[in-house]
Amino acid sequence: MTDPTPTASPPLLAVRGLSKAFLGVQALDGVDFTVRHGEIHALLGENGAGKSTLIKTLTGVYQRDAGTVTLEGRAIAPRGVEEAQRLHIGTVYQEVNLLPNLSVAENLFLGRQPMRFGLVDRGAMRRRARAVLIPYGLSLDVTAPLGRFSVATQQIVAIARAVDMSAKVLILDEPTASLDAQEVAVLFKVMRTLRSRGIGIVFVTHFLDQVYALCDRITVLRNGLLVGERRTAELPRLDLVAMMLGRELEAAAHRIAPPGNDGEEDARPPLVRFRGYGKARSVEPFDLDIRPGEVVGLAGLLGSGRTETARLVFGMDRADRGEAAVDGQAVRLRGPRDAIRLGFGFCPEDRKKEGIVGALSVRENIILALQARQGWLRPIPRRRQEEIADRFIRLLDIRTPHAEQPIQLLSGGNQQKALLARWLATEPRLLILDEPTRGIDVGAHAEIIRLIERLCADGMALLVVSSELEEIVAYSRRVVVLRDRRHVAELRGGEVAVDRIVAAIASEPVPVEPRP
Amino acid sequence: MIHRFLPLLVTSAVLVVGFLLCAAQFPAFASLRVVGNLLTDNAFLGITAVGMTFVILSGGIDLSVGAVIGFTTVLLAVLIEQGGWHPVSAFAVALAVAGGFGAAMGAVIHVFQMPPFIVTLAGMFVARGLGFVLSTDSIPINHPLYAELGDLALRFDGGGKLTLPALLMLGVVAAAVVCAHWTRFGANLYALGGNRQSAELMGVPVGRTTVAVYALSGLLAGLAGIVFSLYTGAGYSLAATGVELDTITAVVIGGTQLTGGYGYVIGTFIGVLIQGLIQTYITFDGSLSSWWTKIAIGVLLFVFILLQKGLLAVWTGRGGAPAEA
Repeated sequence: MTDPTPTASPPLLAVRGLSKAFLGVQALDGVDFTVRHGEIHALLGENGAGKSTLIKTLTGVYQRDAGTVTLEGRAIAPRGVEEAQRLHIGTVYQEVNLLPNLSVAENLFLGRQPMRFGLVDRGAMRRRARAVLIPYGLSLDVTAPLGRFSVATQQIVAIARAVDMSAKVLILDEPTASLDAQEVAVLFKVMRTLRSRGIGIVFVTHFLDQVYALCDRITVLRNGLLVGERRTAELPRLDLVAMMLGRELEAAAHRIAPPGNDGEEDARPPLVRFRGYGKARSVEPFDLDIRPGEVVGLAGLLGSGRTETARLVFGMDRADRGEAAVDGQAVRLRGPRDAIRLGFGFCPEDRKKEGIVGALSVRENIILALQARQGWLRPIPRRRQEEIADRFIRLLDIRTPHAEQPIQLLSGGNQQKALLARWLATEPRLLILDEPTRGIDVGAHAEIIRLIERLCADGMALLVVSSELEEIVAYSRRVVVLRDRRHVAELRGGEVAVDRIVAAIASEPVPVEPRP
Repeated sequence: MIHRFLPLLVTSAVLVVGFLLCAAQFPAFASLRVVGNLLTDNAFLGITAVGMTFVILSGGIDLSVGAVIGFTTVLLAVLIEQGGWHPVSAFAVALAVAGGFGAAMGAVIHVFQMPPFIVTLAGMFVARGLGFVLSTDSIPINHPLYAELGDLALRFDGGGKLTLPALLMLGVVAAAVVCAHWTRFGANLYALGGNRQSAELMGVPVGRTTVAVYALSGLLAGLAGIVFSLYTGAGYSLAATGVELDTITAVVIGGTQLTGGYGYVIGTFIGVLIQGLIQTYITFDGSLSSWWTKIAIGVLLFVFILLQKGLLAVWTGRGGAPAEA
């Protein structure tokens, strides 16, 4: 389907028949992509769809093999980031952004500092920096190092830099991935302002809600091919997901309550039992039981104490009150080592910082927790390591050329699966997953959800933190809802539904005692 | 705002307090003559340390500078004494060779994406070895210009004087401060040290800057070699052994982070003076072994690294997240 109301003037940015291959792998194959003046255009697709390649070709990081790119009717072929900037294409990346050690003003004007008598005019730079930031509602000390400000502020400074360099096309590559809801709102306001100024914004994201909240059009890529361009208003979500996946998403058929559970009290003794467990300035004391084969979800807004609860359960933070018991025996969790010895596993939220060891191979990453439990003096034989690694690569469908590939070369979803494998290899009795589906594509997302269901069917207990409510509802037998660092409700059986969770989060902030 | 300059302030305080303590014990210490000598004696170290500061700010390291100084002195001695060159042309050749040597190392580091530590370590051996190839002996330089340059100084009342080496160092430090904070090259250095990949995405000419910063370090090491030959009146391939470590020490004591991106040239200058101060104190005392210099500097270095670490923790702890045990 093409734009039903074609305009006479050429579009802002027109990509036609773009192709790019790497070592024989066709990353982009004849892709068309059009950005108009004053629109926010979502560029969507699973990992490997070709989004990054398209962006990097537009910004001159890669050179295209075939196809044309025109900006306001003029053919362009940037050979580098600098040239792309000169051609009015600005980019803001998700992770590598600006320079935290430089001041805000220096970040805004790096490489184009105002000069006087052959030297950088620092006074003029400060004044202009303050002026540049005013339209974004940012009033801050422009001489302070950028790293002192929140990620959202840094993103806005990056956008301000790109726009100030006379960007007509602004590419935002997952700018919201590490922002909380409030910061996202600020960013969206900035994006709408820029749209009203006629700038064409290319918005890459994994959050479908944000696409529908903000974007005028959607272009979907899959496996390097263009699937289609649609107006957001004319594209139901289910159709969008189908476009992205190229099939009907099974996981979309969320069940309301897990099968085989009518909400009755589970008579089995709990595997772990926490009573009055808490830590000052982290989480208020809570009670929590988790039974074998049970998935307990932790739901709540960002900063509500979800992750803090998970960290307490795993002993990463030490509780300063309350009791913990495993199999009815009182235990003390003084650190992750204690927890691992008790058969706990933990996949952290920030897999880059706390999870994977990037330079080590997939095999070494998978074997890490098992080896740590055995003690380093009793190395696991190489053959055994390879067996374990290969088994999990097969079992979890980790897409890697071989087990010896450095894990940093894998996509986010596959890194996440390798992390899961690390803990599964220790055959844990309780596995804690903090945001297991964050930053991974929709396909891997569904696979991880299926995996969670399979694990609990095998008798493993799971504690899962997630900000995706539909996801939590899909696999949790019970859901603990948190608000303001307090466990405010526990939903079970038929009560487990998105609207109930939302209601619990939004309920009046009176101290609700967790279920005894 | 204060904590950004805190390492610098602490370094300055150590220098001032140290000087006052010395002056309290030895009244003759607080004289222009001693201060002048302090600057002269450490001029070659200070000039080298400026180049090292730039390299470290950009996220690299240059282990070759001591060897380049040694090589430069031998090259000068051989050209002037055995080749009959005029010192000025010998200086020009020495600077060009030293700068070119640095540029070559920078190019290797950038093109082959090699760790600067390894490349400059190799450079250190090459430069030292080249010096030995030229001559294994200490060659005195007897050219009349050397005597003249050695006498050249701004003289003050009371026997104080700023010699040519001291003036050169002060000039280099001043130029470096301007370069670091008022030029695009300076901003690019800090950018490179902050995050190489981000700097590249922001359009910083990474390759050019890398080559330039090692060329500059080599050039300044060559200048330090000229100063060293003026100071000692000789060329010797074993000269300035271990100076690369002394300069790194001065840079770190001066508050520059070894990982790059944070620091100030003026801090390095103060770091050099602190090292010189300790040495002068030990000379004044007369009974202490000169090795106490090394011990004192070692302790200082340790304290400063701990201080930086502490500051960094305080800094990142300000993020607002609840503190975790």
